[in-house]
Amino acid sequence: MTVLYIALPIALILAGAGIAAFVRIVAAGQLDDLDTPPLRMLNDD
Amino acid sequence: MPLMECAHCTLAVPAGLLEPGADKQFCCHGCRAAHTIIMGHGLEQYYRLGERTREPTVTGDKTVRYAEFDREAFIQGHTVLHDDGQRSVVLGIEGLHCAACIWLLERLDRVVPGVVEARVNWRRATLEVRWVTSAVSLSTIAEGIAGLGYRPHPLRRDDRAEARRSADRQRTVAIAVAFAAAGNNMLIAASLYLGMFSSMDAGIEQLLRWASCFVGLVSLTWPGRVFFRGAWSALRSRTPHMDLPVALALAVGGVAGTINTIRGTGELYFDTLCVLVFLLLVGRAIQLRQQREAAATLDVMRRITPQTAHRRVGDAFVEVPATVLEPGDVVRVAADEVIPGDGTILSGETRVDVSVLTGEAAPLAVGPGAEVAAGTLNLGRHIIVRLDAVGEQTQMGRILELIESSAESRPAIVALADRIGARFVLAIVAASVATLGAWLIMEPSHAVDHAVALLIVACPCALALATPLTLSVAIARAAQRKVLIKGGDVLQRLSRPGMVWLDKTGTVTEGRMAVVSWRNVGAVAPAALAEWVAAVEAQCVHPVAQALAANPRAQTGDDYKIENVQHDVHGGVTATVEGHEIAIGNAPFVRAHLRAPLEADVERVAASILASFASPIYVCVDGAVAAVAGVDDPLRADARDAVAGLRDRGWAVGILSGDHPDVVAHTASVLGLSPSMCHGGLLPQDKVAFVARSAENGATSVMVGDGVNDAAALAAASVGIATHRGAEASLRAAPVYLGRPGLGGVVELLDMGQTTMRAIVRNFGVSLAYNAVAVVLAAAGLIGPLVAAVLMPISSLTVVSLALTLRFRQSA
Repeated sequence: MTVLYIALPIALILAGAGIAAFVRIVAAGQLDDLDTPPLRMLNDD
Repeated sequence: MPLMECAHCTLAVPAGLLEPGADKQFCCHGCRAAHTIIMGHGLEQYYRLGERTREPTVTGDKTVRYAEFDREAFIQGHTVLHDDGQRSVVLGIEGLHCAACIWLLERLDRVVPGVVEARVNWRRATLEVRWVTSAVSLSTIAEGIAGLGYRPHPLRRDDRAEARRSADRQRTVAIAVAFAAAGNNMLIAASLYLGMFSSMDAGIEQLLRWASCFVGLVSLTWPGRVFFRGAWSALRSRTPHMDLPVALALAVGGVAGTINTIRGTGELYFDTLCVLVFLLLVGRAIQLRQQREAAATLDVMRRITPQTAHRRVGDAFVEVPATVLEPGDVVRVAADEVIPGDGTILSGETRVDVSVLTGEAAPLAVGPGAEVAAGTLNLGRHIIVRLDAVGEQTQMGRILELIESSAESRPAIVALADRIGARFVLAIVAASVATLGAWLIMEPSHAVDHAVALLIVACPCALALATPLTLSVAIARAAQRKVLIKGGDVLQRLSRPGMVWLDKTGTVTEGRMAVVSWRNVGAVAPAALAEWVAAVEAQCVHPVAQALAANPRAQTGDDYKIENVQHDVHGGVTATVEGHEIAIGNAPFVRAHLRAPLEADVERVAASILASFASPIYVCVDGAVAAVAGVDDPLRADARDAVAGLRDRGWAVGILSGDHPDVVAHTASVLGLSPSMCHGGLLPQDKVAFVARSAENGATSVMVGDGVNDAAALAAASVGIATHRGAEASLRAAPVYLGRPGLGGVVELLDMGQTTMRAIVRNFGVSLAYNAVAVVLAAAGLIGPLVAAVLMPISSLTVVSLALTLRFRQSA
């Protein structure tokens, strides 16, 4: 079970990376408008 | 002949515009122009994209001047300069109605060179355009948009929009972090609990405990800090608030957990605390969304006033955006155009539809020197008007302001959860202090543990979730019944009976003319007279003509030979039917076509029609009156039942109308309402005064109405209900919209309010009882960490499932 001493910190770091990515996505405004993109997607040529 | 569809908007092409032999037909020049532009830029895919909805395209009139968009002040006020020298602007777009519109508008860069990017926001109906300033001017871009068949207009600057957007983003991040922390901490906690039953390596256990502590502190200090902030302001303002016990539990649990982590023994509360933070934030987000919907924009109201006007410049009239008009300007208002400002007629005689302001259905005849108001509709010939007031200075502008201020002056809604919660808060804090004290005397080593367990278990997580959830379920269920509700507080307010004010025209009545009586008089009435009249009137557009055309006595639909139909705008129509000369109209009109004086019999019939407040319409055949029809705006079929239903439920009912007081008194007597509660001849301001007066002393006052004339009263009421066929504008001003005709929906809505409030109280009861038991157990020291971790989600689940089972009784 000693692998946990390495695996747990790595898991926490990965979770932190996920949160950092999400914060960037929100800051870039990708979640501001959830109505138009589903309609726009239908139309892409 | 088959109906031809317009190649651009797919609406039927009027017979006069059909081009024999042409490949493509167009319903108007605007559509033809838009079609040419779209095809010319290789954007024909627009016509292949799914189903374009059948809505008339805003005519792509190139005559509108957008030169105002290039003024320095406009550019400074409305656009944003980017680092690379490009500018961007957000424009409101009229005529946006389907996915194909998004596709087309976002290809604006191909139509207007110099445009870098165009992005549509569907919900807000806006287009954000970014362009190279040296390559193209904003007016050219606006003309390009207009050329595609949409009408761009500048948006009012909203300084709060930016702040609101950043708050939204912060909230999204907070929920995401809280969720991540809760999920990870539950995994760690599960390992620890399992480790209690099997032997776990002491080093691993310490690692897991430290990890739990770390994740927990992240959750408490990042997404959880809103609760500490709320608790702090609750302390400062000395008003007990739900945030107070939450913050207390988070603080005490966090500190105790951290100390226990450092000590290496004792309970950790971090998994429970993380879940608590996450669930409370979700409950809050649901509540906020409802409030957002409730705080509806008044944009649509602004769109009632016209977008453009013809202003006199020298000898010519030039079309300009209505926003640039100033007092003293002279404008020309063509037939069927909305008057852009309050002003005085310089020349021209016409009739004006003022129903938007006064609710008066009959058009007003006006001539030179008469005053006209913004937002009213010119029905007759074109007039020249000198503007005395524009924009917010007009009557319409003042009404809009009234609506906005009455929307703001509304007292902040104290959520029911918070009111009950306040007492609950004090009880919990008292209980935990008592527990701490008692255990300090009996067994000091466990005192802190037990007190913290109590705070966590008693945390009103279920309470905080239950109320917003029940309300959103109620709103969704109501929407299925075509009752659209913005904001849950409406249901709360409707649960206590008070005063209901009804508008008359269109709410209590059908809102359109119909034949309510028909009497043949004299000896000469041909058998099919009612049908002859219907056939003749079918060719006219006047409301009375439409009533006669839809006369229930004329349903055979046979063809008659009709010739020489002549309309007279002042009151009637003449025609030759099957060789008989027919004149239909009011008394002065028909008298001119009579060959003999009116008979006493006819006068008597007319008098009885007038006595019931309907208008007599005479039908004259070959110079003698053959029939008299009574035309009136009839009561809705369910009006009487609805009024009775409202009174059964303990509500007082009254009528507020712009119509003549005698007409209102008559309607009141038919509905069995007390005349002292029914008021006629009211201006919008008077209606607001009545509604506001009945809302004094905290009583619930409900206004049911349609049309812009009621918008102020709708907003001033505790609950405004816009009825079916109400103008789109009143829908925006009122928190409730009935999507089906009749007043039955109002009665149903009141029942929904009661059912919902009962469900909320029941949920409160369940969750309070649950908490009471948990508090007693915790105080007795019987709740360990494992039990607490199981109890908390179960309590939330119970309340959530109770909320989801809400059903409304089906009424007939």
